[in-house]
Amino acid sequence: MKALSQKRRHPLAAIALLLMGLLLTGGLYAVATTVNEAKASTTSFSANDTEEGGKLFAANCATCHGMGASGTKDGPSLVGVGAAAVDFQVGTGRMPMQMNGPQAYKKPAQFNDEQTHQLSAYVASLGPGPSIPEEGLLDAQGNAAEGGELFRVNCAMCHNAAAAGGALTRGKFAPALADVSEKHIYEAMVTGPQNMPVFNDANVSPEGKRDIITFLKQIEANGSPGGADLGALGPVSEGLFVWIAGLGVIIAFTIWLTSRTS
Amino acid sequence: MSATSTANAPAFVAKTKGGRITDFVDQRVGGSGILREFGRKVFPDHWSFMFGEVALYSFVILLLSGTFLTFFFDPSMAETHYDGSYTPLKNVEMSVAYSSSLDISFDVRGGLFMRQVHHWAALLFVASVSVHMLRVFFTGAFRKPRELNWVVGGVLLILSMAAGFTGYSLPDDLLSGNGLRIIDGVIKSIPVIGTYISFFLFGGEFPGTVIISRLYMLHILLVPALILLMIVIHLFMVVVHKHTQYPGPGRNDGNVVGYPLGPVYAAKAGGFFFIVFGVIALMAAFFTINPIWNYGPYDPSPVSAGTQPDWYIGWVDGALRLMPGVIGDFHFEYVIFGQVLTLNVLLPALVPAGLVFTILFMYPWIERWITKDDREHHVLDRPRNAPTRTAIGMAGFTFYCVMWAAASSDLIATHFHVALNDVTYWLRALFFIGPVIAFIVTKRVALALQRKDREIALHGRETGRIVRLPHGEFIEVHAPLDDYKRYKLVGFESPVPLPAVPNEHGVVTRKEKRRAALSRWFFEDRVAPASPAELEAAHGHHGQHEAVESAEGQKTLSH
Repeated sequence: MKALSQKRRHPLAAIALLLMGLLLTGGLYAVATTVNEAKASTTSFSANDTEEGGKLFAANCATCHGMGASGTKDGPSLVGVGAAAVDFQVGTGRMPMQMNGPQAYKKPAQFNDEQTHQLSAYVASLGPGPSIPEEGLLDAQGNAAEGGELFRVNCAMCHNAAAAGGALTRGKFAPALADVSEKHIYEAMVTGPQNMPVFNDANVSPEGKRDIITFLKQIEANGSPGGADLGALGPVSEGLFVWIAGLGVIIAFTIWLTSRTS
Repeated sequence: MSATSTANAPAFVAKTKGGRITDFVDQRVGGSGILREFGRKVFPDHWSFMFGEVALYSFVILLLSGTFLTFFFDPSMAETHYDGSYTPLKNVEMSVAYSSSLDISFDVRGGLFMRQVHHWAALLFVASVSVHMLRVFFTGAFRKPRELNWVVGGVLLILSMAAGFTGYSLPDDLLSGNGLRIIDGVIKSIPVIGTYISFFLFGGEFPGTVIISRLYMLHILLVPALILLMIVIHLFMVVVHKHTQYPGPGRNDGNVVGYPLGPVYAAKAGGFFFIVFGVIALMAAFFTINPIWNYGPYDPSPVSAGTQPDWYIGWVDGALRLMPGVIGDFHFEYVIFGQVLTLNVLLPALVPAGLVFTILFMYPWIERWITKDDREHHVLDRPRNAPTRTAIGMAGFTFYCVMWAAASSDLIATHFHVALNDVTYWLRALFFIGPVIAFIVTKRVALALQRKDREIALHGRETGRIVRLPHGEFIEVHAPLDDYKRYKLVGFESPVPLPAVPNEHGVVTRKEKRRAALSRWFFEDRVAPASPAELEAAHGHHGQHEAVESAEGQKTLSH
């Protein structure tokens, strides 16, 4: 260090300092722009994405949804459903559908993130529709209590107050919401997949959706304060439990207590 | 006491201090006499006799845990904002009742455990009452002289359901509010007076501001007092009647074979109380029940999916779910003189439950009338030895279970991946044909078991040893039963149909003809127990096989 301080009045010191400053700013700028680019790519699509997505669509989806996604008697038109719908349906494995039925089941995703992105790009290019939500709405840092109220009023009648799922008519159902990612919850609300109604921004504001996600994530993280939750299905599983386990154990004891005689 | 008869005789003086205190108390309350009487009371030993005890102990646990909960519960419907430690409900507007229930769950030390003890004990209480009643029915223990005690038991069942309903409605959460709304709807469906009763009960239009405190008074005062009264009457009658016993050697309608209450039985019963308490405490510690924090505060607008009542009210809920709104063009709602008559609520809510309880209460008298059996019965029937009664019981049980299953139709649909509509259609069909199938199958099973008993009594158990006789015949060796086991298989009554008999005027009334027809229906299919003569013949030489078979054929009618 002593050597360095002795050379601080060296004629080349100013040049060296200038060089260092330029390198630092340039380097930081370069890093900052790549970050910007990466972020931009989640919300906007390149022409290449759309083109690749079109190929994937023709190969995997057009059988039911038709060429150009204009729909056939086996599948609806996807013009105007938006990138969010594709990201949800393909990202949760519901599409491509395993078989025809009242409702597509969640299963391991059939396409990787890049392919899903390309498919979204293609469908989004067909017409304007809900786009993939921005990160800020998916942080689960909203107001859980208000989210809970919104959930009970808008969602609990199908998904159950504890988000354990419920039955709909003719084989349709509302799935349980544990382990569903924040992004997919949000996309489901704006696109209304399967038999779910659409909750647009006039209906439940983006802030409200963030609160609902916060509520769901918080009750999931809270677990069950009272012990094993028996599926959070309410009195039916409680009744089954008391009849089978409760009475079963007690009958075993009564047999033990009276086994010495009779 | 000699002291009272002869004044000058020296009074008994105990040697130790403890003895003197005991003697002092005994001379004033007569404890030794009570102990002598009750300590010698003989109870037969069988596991199926202990469900009444389970119910009694659950009730004691309910009183204890319930008292703890009353210290912290506030049955007020005043509005407040939650300020406890459960963050997903922070600052949410709710009633004081719900808020204090949440405080019991999260902010009172041991509160959640006690709430869960109370609720699990309630479920177990009604379950053990029900199983106890099933045991009494299927063994014929309701027969003379116990008909009235059967009725008291039925009243206890209804009271325990009432206690449960008024209890789980108290927290004022979404689930219990939905349940109250259904009750309100059922009350309002009663013609003419329904709306008046509803307004009287809720103090105005549902939900009002008084229902929780009213239910609370019923729950902690009236219903438990009535249950206690009924339990006292029930146990008093058990002491008067003595306990029933299963058939066995040396047991008859004039004795009770078992152990005296003191000391063995008292110790066992005392220990059993702690076993029941322990089982309930373990359930409460490890398994959550009624997680009210999941449901949120009551608000008349939302209804959660999977809204069911506790299990004992489930069958009534199931009947409501099964009722169709319309059948084709036929609808169930009428307007008569400006009054709306909604049969699609009134019929399912009141008729199946009314049917079940009417038959339940009247059954001892129905059977008594059909069989003209006016004797006292202290020896129980094995269910197979009363095939028609067992079949009737199973038909009723199936009827109940179909409605019970219907209350969980949505969960059956989601968990077995079938359509909710199909579940409902199947259960609607089973509602009518299920009891019939159960009746036929049960009766055939009972008769088949009787025939198996008869076969074993006559020929002994198959040993699986095949022996070749000197002349070449192969036979399987049957091991004869010992006398005790055989008694169980042959020592039962097998009544025959009672034909119609003329009354004192020599007329066979129409009612008597109906009774005779029912008696034939009750007893025509029967397998008679092996008679001593048949046993004698069967235990002779094996060559007499054919003779025995033919005798058997003559003895048993139609089968």
